[in-house]
Amino acid sequence: MKIAVCVSHVPDTATRIKIGADRKSIDPTGVTYIINPYDEFAVEEALKTKEKIGGDSIVYAISVGGDANKESIRKALAMGVDEGVLLKDDSPRDSFGIAHALADEIKSLGCEIAFFGKQSVDFDNSITGQVTAELLGYNCVPVVVDFKLDGSKITAEREIEGGREVVETELPAIITTQKGLNEPRYASLKGIMASKKKTITEKAAAQFSNYSEILDMNLPASKQAGRILGTDSSAVAELVKLLHEEAKVI
Amino acid sequence: MANKILAILEQREGLLKKVSFEAASTASKLAKDLNLEVEAVVAGSDVNNLDEISKYGIAKVVLLKNSDFSNYTSSGYTEAISDYAKEVNAVCLIVGNTSLGNDLAPRLAVKLNSGCVMDCVNLQVEAGNIIATRPIYAGKAFVKVKLSTEVKVFTIRPNVFKAELSENGNAAIETKEISSPNLKSRVVSFKKSEGKLDVAEADIIVSGGRGMKGPENFNLIESLADALGAAVGASRAVVDAGWRPHREQVGQTGKTVSPSLYVACGISGAIQHLAGMSTSKYIVAINKDKDAPIFSVADYGIAGDIFEILPVLTEEIKKIRS
Repeated sequence: MKIAVCVSHVPDTATRIKIGADRKSIDPTGVTYIINPYDEFAVEEALKTKEKIGGDSIVYAISVGGDANKESIRKALAMGVDEGVLLKDDSPRDSFGIAHALADEIKSLGCEIAFFGKQSVDFDNSITGQVTAELLGYNCVPVVVDFKLDGSKITAEREIEGGREVVETELPAIITTQKGLNEPRYASLKGIMASKKKTITEKAAAQFSNYSEILDMNLPASKQAGRILGTDSSAVAELVKLLHEEAKVI
Repeated sequence: MANKILAILEQREGLLKKVSFEAASTASKLAKDLNLEVEAVVAGSDVNNLDEISKYGIAKVVLLKNSDFSNYTSSGYTEAISDYAKEVNAVCLIVGNTSLGNDLAPRLAVKLNSGCVMDCVNLQVEAGNIIATRPIYAGKAFVKVKLSTEVKVFTIRPNVFKAELSENGNAAIETKEISSPNLKSRVVSFKKSEGKLDVAEADIIVSGGRGMKGPENFNLIESLADALGAAVGASRAVVDAGWRPHREQVGQTGKTVSPSLYVACGISGAIQHLAGMSTSKYIVAINKDKDAPIFSVADYGIAGDIFEILPVLTEEIKKIRS
């Protein structure tokens, strides 16, 4: 079976965001980019799925963007993914633009299942998996914390408010992964060495004009530091009074 | 026939969720600004409090009904709602940004050849266009976005838009039977989590961090949460250490929350954590280290020993609540 895992290349979560001069993007100076943290769960699940099915299964890591994205593809290859595909586009794409490119590639590769991180930690839209699935006519279960594949039958648990929904569906499908689904493996030294010999195919991403336009980007109004009321439990009475009378939240 | 804006409502176990009233009210306001007709739509089996939606400026509520719609089915809801939206020439859909809305909205958008802006915290009309404001990088920054597609889908962050009661409160309720829905993908059961309240939905959150020193001390957090009627949250450090389940994690790789009151206990305030909670209305920090970054976003702080302060705070809260 052909399995896809879609990865994005994002600023490290420790990044302090600065707005760029165009006020429509962030200032990339000094920003470290990493594989999107949720995509590591997707890579792990794709590899586990391959190991379970066995045979001549093959896992492709696909990413949409510029040359820098190869770094995150390489990371997936080092974890054990077989081949990489970079769908090149140096201009920024919205989620729909990314999904169109991915759907096109998943279809041409003939992947029956694709794993995505549940969201990228940059734009946080958390829709690329669902949109790609709808474009392909695939089933889709997002935000998955438990996944079972039995033949073509899928039983997945997805995290929702107050618990988990158990969803039944079947292949072909897209699964978006949430923390808790698995423990992503570390890339071993051997894996890192092997990844250098693996292929990353580069091709132009399918054409698309973005559906959305960013008009402005700004930082949240900075909050004024509040009052330190004390250093021990003698401050508790005042705290409770303030919460009750000033903030009126209790 | 005027074009329509639809509020897509959400029901669980036959009851509309709170965010549905916020969606209805938001859609009704946008309808006025854009000169559109407004309707509310819900997929379900039996929905018990549909008539309540009429108080939020909605003239007509449509129940897309099937006995298999009592639980969510992404394929079934998507097909039924998008078919209806096409039938009535809907040009805009407002959906709550819940787990269900997050799954459903992008699918509806594809079916309607529309773009979709998620997790909006503000929607306003400028020169006939809806301009959406939404957080990015878990709230470290915000963008203003415009959609270029003819049909537009927006999801609204719960607890941000007001559900305002409107004067004209008499909606016609129409039931549309959906025959042979698409059930390729469906929810077959629900496993309730042990915690009483979910951080994503709670109005008050009490969170613990590494300063709690071990999982066994979280009973102090739970007692305070109980006294406040709050949900228990956690920092990434304690979730990664296995002290608390991931569903409680607040921050950039956990949940982004904006409750009325957030009490951070033994949390230093890593940038990823602050991103996820700094839009809370009031923040209380209790931490030994008076230089901890958490105090820079806190309204009130106590720079002291968590183990001495928490039990006293819990008792004081109990007193005031009784």
